[in-house]
Formats: sequence, C-alpha cells, structure tokens
Amino acid sequence: MLRQVYDIVVVGGGPAGLAAAVSAKRNGVESILVLERDKELGGILNQCIHNGFGLHTFKEELTGPEYAGRFIEQLEEEKIKYKLNTMVMDISEEKVITAMNREDGMFEIEAKAVILAMGCRERSRGALNIPGYRPAGIYSAGTAQRLVNMEGYMPGREVVILGSGDIGLIMARRMTLEGAKVKVVAELLPYSGGLKRNIVQCLDDFGIPLKLSHTVVDIDGKERVEGITIAEVDENRKPIPGTEEHYTCDTLLLSCGLIPENELSRSLGVEMSPITSGPLVNECLETNVEGVFACGNVLHVHDLVDFVSEEAGAAGKHAAEYVKNGAKHQPSAAKDIPIVATEGARYTVPKTINPERMDEKHTVRFRVGDVYKNCYVSVYFGDKRVIHRKRPVVAPGEMEEVVLKKEELAAFPELSQITVKIEEA
Amino acid sequence: METRELICIGCPMGCPLKVEMNGEEVSSVTGNTCKRGDDYARKEVTNPTRIVTSSVIVEGGSLAAVSVKTKSDIPKGKIFEIMKALKGVKVQAPVHIGDVIVSNVADTGVDIIATKNIY
Repeated sequence: MLRQVYDIVVVGGGPAGLAAAVSAKRNGVESILVLERDKELGGILNQCIHNGFGLHTFKEELTGPEYAGRFIEQLEEEKIKYKLNTMVMDISEEKVITAMNREDGMFEIEAKAVILAMGCRERSRGALNIPGYRPAGIYSAGTAQRLVNMEGYMPGREVVILGSGDIGLIMARRMTLEGAKVKVVAELLPYSGGLKRNIVQCLDDFGIPLKLSHTVVDIDGKERVEGITIAEVDENRKPIPGTEEHYTCDTLLLSCGLIPENELSRSLGVEMSPITSGPLVNECLETNVEGVFACGNVLHVHDLVDFVSEEAGAAGKHAAEYVKNGAKHQPSAAKDIPIVATEGARYTVPKTINPERMDEKHTVRFRVGDVYKNCYVSVYFGDKRVIHRKRPVVAPGEMEEVVLKKEELAAFPELSQITVKIEEA
Repeated sequence: METRELICIGCPMGCPLKVEMNGEEVSSVTGNTCKRGDDYARKEVTNPTRIVTSSVIVEGGSLAAVSVKTKSDIPKGKIFEIMKALKGVKVQAPVHIGDVIVSNVADTGVDIIATKNIY
C-alpha cells in the first residue's frame, strides 16, 4: 500500500479544516495535507448561501460560499496540499491515517500531528421516534438546503418544519422565497434553539408561525407525506391529548439538533464529553491522544463560523508548535487545572487549562442548559469569585464565553479547580 | 410619543432595541451595543431593508446552481419581485464571485451578483 509522510494531516476541508491548515502553515510547518470527502473544499458553507458570516473575521457581512472562498484562497496562496473525494477510514494511535479515493485507491499517511475537523451531522428522523408511516417527503433541513441551493431541486410545495434550529429557520425563509408555503414551525422546547435574529428575519418577516412546546405526533401518507399532526407538550415533553392540530402538506423538514461526527475519534481512543459528543481538550485544543487536536463542530457545535475559524486557527498553531518541538510538548512545571461547568453551565471548551502554557488571555466557551433572565455568568478560582458578569438573558441556543487571564491565574499558585456557573440575580 | 421594540438583525447577538418615535421621526434608539444597531433601528422603522440571497441555474459547470445575492440591501417590500425576476435565469459556467448576474434587479438600482466560483 502507498505510504506517504506529512507533518500535519487535517481531516476535513470545511471551515475548521481550512483555518487550521492555513494557521499551521503560517506558524512554520511546511508539510501539511488536508483530506476532504466532498468534491470541493468549504464544507457546509457551500450550501449556506444566506448572509451573516464574517462580521468578526472580515468585518463585513458575507454569504457562506464567499466566506469559504476567502479561506480557500488563503489555502491556495499558502500552497497547502489537499485531496478531494477522499474518505478517511481510520486513524491509529501511532497517527497513521488510512484513507481512500478513486485515484489512489487505499493509502496510508504517517503524520506527526493530526487535526480533527470533521464537523457534525444532523439528528435524523430515526433518532427522534416520530410515529407514523415512512413516506417520501421527510428531509433533514440541511438535506433540503443542499437540494435547493446547490442541486437546483425543490423538495416540496407545502411544508411543516419540526425544530427551530438555525438551519430550520433559514430553510423556512428559503422555501418561502422559492414559492413554497411554510405552514408552521413546531419546537418541542419552550424556547427556540436558533438565533433571535433568525426568528425575526426568517419567520416574522414572512408571517410564519412558531409554535413552542409543540411536536409532531403523526405523519399521514403512505407513498408521499400528505399531512402532519402536531400537538402541544407538557413540561415532561409528553403530548397533551386534545391539543392536536392537523396540517395538510407534502413535506416535513427536521431541524432537531446537530451531532459532532466522531466515529474516527472514538476508534482512535479519544476521550469524549457526554455533553457535547465531542472530544475533551486542553487549552491547546489537544485531546488525550498526544499530537491529536480537534476544532470546529467536531469539538462542539458552534452558532458562528467566525468562532470556528478562530478556534481552528488556535488548533493549527498548537499543532505547528508540537511538530516544531520535535513532536513533543514544551515541558511545563504547572499542572493542568480542570474547568468545571455547573449550576446552569453545561460544559466548557477547553476542559482544562495550564496556567504556564496558556496565552495571555484565553476565551473559554460554554453553553447553558436553560433560559435564564437577569442572571450573572460567574467564574470561581477555587472558592473565590473572579468574574461576575451581568447578562439580561442567556439561552441554550447562543454560546457564551468568559475570558481567563494568565496574570490573574498567576495570583492563585495553589489553584486546583476553576468553576463556571450561572447565578441568579 | 410612540415606542417600538425590535430585535437587531445586524449580528448574531440580537440586541433588544427600543425606538422612540415622534410621529414619523426617530427621537432615540436604546438597547443597541454598537453603531450597527442604531442604523438598523432607524432604517427598520422608516424604510426596512434586507439583503436577498438565492441561487440560479448554471449550465456547463461542476454544480447545477450558483448562489447569488443583492449587492446591497433592498427595500423589504421588493423581496418577492426580486425572486420573480430571478426565476428562469440561467448562466453559463465559469462564474466568479462578484460577477453581475442580473443588473438593476426589479428596478431597485441594485445588481444581483454571484457569491460562489463555479468552473
């Protein structure tokens, strides 16, 4: 079998993989290969034709393909190699990557460092336990998005959407613009999982109703979807009898959450977070397998591609440092301090921070488990509160962040735990 | 004095805005955390605008459709006229980011431009 050698292999050529590769190159590593399973670079951005990307990164509002285009240009400028239509089958603990494509057949690559950037996929109907027949006309919102925006097909004319994640909201507007009638968006939870701006510009602008605390209880039609029944749910998310409403439609779109795609990471022995379904990483975005880094939606699902690019840039930089140091870590006298998410905060990325190795400032990102109004985002070093920031509202659909400073951590030499929590006013 | 409450769509923060109206005139905007929010609020209560994004058929390229957008924001009331004008539009590959696909779409004075390279 053909065996090649590279310093850094990046698995995935979407926004995370592109930014990681460019950053690794700019931090002094020449030998980099990006492996992408689709026929073009850019990942999910290619189908996200709406605008709103890049306000942080480029200080202007771009569409998804334009944002991807900027990073693809940087990759070409840096002369970074990539292989398209290439599926990675396995990554071994020795960092030998087994991949295949039509030109090379099955081949192996030895790498000093690996950056995991495989992104995420949509929760499917099978994972949702929706009763009813299995007719044609049921799509995940992302599949419909690809069909309409890239392949030039309309999946249907009369649409019901289950789930109010951002892709579902964006598709409600997109299908409406293309002449479909979107009858209702039903959301199981008492709040939307999408960004507020998308409720305004995708639903309110077009008079599409959003029914919170509602779910699909029946699907009619044997060959093709003919109608959908939704019902209100109680606080235990169980349908309330007597609240059923029927909608005639030919299409049901599902926008019910995204799951990091970590089959490769799991078989490699990467330790995973049960909350994010992504790897547990330190402040270098390195997993428990030395020299294996993770960034983007494979690590935790983001709301904003700008933050993916930033995170991936950091992963690329740390992977480059690891390679330049002879595939070893800079020794650090300080111990990694665990960051514990509790009381409203569900998880943090990173999971640990090293007060010596960290940059001057480090942004810790996390999500909350419920909607909290007029609350405080608090950080404790041991039992001393060091950050107490008032927030009018925090919600699970919008990622939160706190910034830890090296000089502040240096004042706590005996620190054994950092806690992030939500405190009521 | 009339007060209108809006959610800013300028960026993903979605700031809650309060606009004080004196008849047709905006007397104050509060709740915004940047200049973008102030601009959005003043426009939204007088002449709301949006960027329209869509895709059109491309022939002879690696993909069947190319994504497009209005080069700048257009009056909200013109959205469906623009979509109608884009119906049936076909372009030939190659297409480059920034290429004008339809000029002065629906008499808005704004061009429709490509947002993706198709070869």
